[in-house]
Amino acid sequence: MHELGITRSIVAICEEQAEGRRVEVVRLEIGRLSGVMPDAIRFCFDLVAEGTAVEGATLEIEEVRGLGRCRVCKQEVALEAPFGTCQNCDGRDIECVAGQELRIREMEVV
Amino acid sequence: MCGTCGCGNDAAVTLTSMQSGAQQALRVGHVHSHDHDHDHHHDHDHGHAHAHAHAHDHDHDHTHAAASRTVVLEQEILAKNAALAQWNQGWLAGRGVRALNLVSSPGAGKTALLERTLRDLGGQPPIHVIEGDQATLNDAQRIRAAGARVVQINTGSGCHLEADMVARALQELEPEQGSLVLIENVGNLVCPALFDLGEEAKVAILSVTEGEDKPLKYPHMFQAADYVVLNKIDLLPYLDYDKQAVLDNLAAVNPRARVFEVSATKGDGLEAWYAWLHEIVAVGSGQPQGAPA
Repeated sequence: MHELGITRSIVAICEEQAEGRRVEVVRLEIGRLSGVMPDAIRFCFDLVAEGTAVEGATLEIEEVRGLGRCRVCKQEVALEAPFGTCQNCDGRDIECVAGQELRIREMEVV
Repeated sequence: MCGTCGCGNDAAVTLTSMQSGAQQALRVGHVHSHDHDHDHHHDHDHGHAHAHAHAHDHDHDHTHAAASRTVVLEQEILAKNAALAQWNQGWLAGRGVRALNLVSSPGAGKTALLERTLRDLGGQPPIHVIEGDQATLNDAQRIRAAGARVVQINTGSGCHLEADMVARALQELEPEQGSLVLIENVGNLVCPALFDLGEEAKVAILSVTEGEDKPLKYPHMFQAADYVVLNKIDLLPYLDYDKQAVLDNLAAVNPRARVFEVSATKGDGLEAWYAWLHEIVAVGSGQPQGAPA
């Protein structure tokens, strides 16, 4: 349950960047291979935002699919887990190129 | 970065030096971040937070007619920890010190491996230890008895170490050139995978009394760990354990991982582990490679 700590970081970063304004929307990008569960972030968000400039804000999460590239034959591989097998050469040495995002993209403030 | 991940707001984090016995609070209660006193680490992560005002009429019809603005952040959520980990890395490199981050489930034998390593190597290379546990000084006492300088970090309700805690521990330990810092993380195969500490490598300790499918169940950790110590192999004759299965599972998750098969209590297989420790210290301090005589 590292999501509570991570949600606190999100709220802290947004509050700092809001510079006194009220935050209405927070937009995150969370990769499916990041080890962070969007539902758990949603669950924590309202609770953590309470009493801050982010209180009441809408949380929008864009999930990013996992994508890897075979280190041997350079073939792209769709990843459901942070590891996989190359369909082209059966290689298992896959470099993860997408899906590990854990980023605050933007927010809307008033 | 808040270390209280999961359980309540009042997780005080403390650091105890086993040399002086002094205890300091790293975080008191619910701190949201920025209590690290490295003023030379500037987070320039949002210089471009240009609030470009989109003329904005899509469905924000609140009663107050204030126009909302989009502030582009594009900020990594774990950026603070990552920046501090980098700072630790520089601090260590500047002193010719190498650090390893030891991770495992509780009970896999991290502390036993450290104790044995300290006793067998007898100060060559010099080893310093950072112990992470939610509570107690028990592990630090064991390490001190085995002859190393050690600090204990108690994370309260936190389930992993973070880079700022390690920064403080390093300042307390003052490791000398050519030494090795072994960081025993909180026993947990989930969260420590996400928080770099500035280490050279993560070393996962996996014992043969655990399931063969652990690498598949905790792929984030076994992906992050390029070295794996398979511990308690002296128990294999008494267990219904398929060692090849765990090696295959590990290879599926991380084909680059190097495996050391050892028994920390009986001593089997430790030569290869020690040779590797000598090797990384030699590389870190610019000495020629290989174990000293």
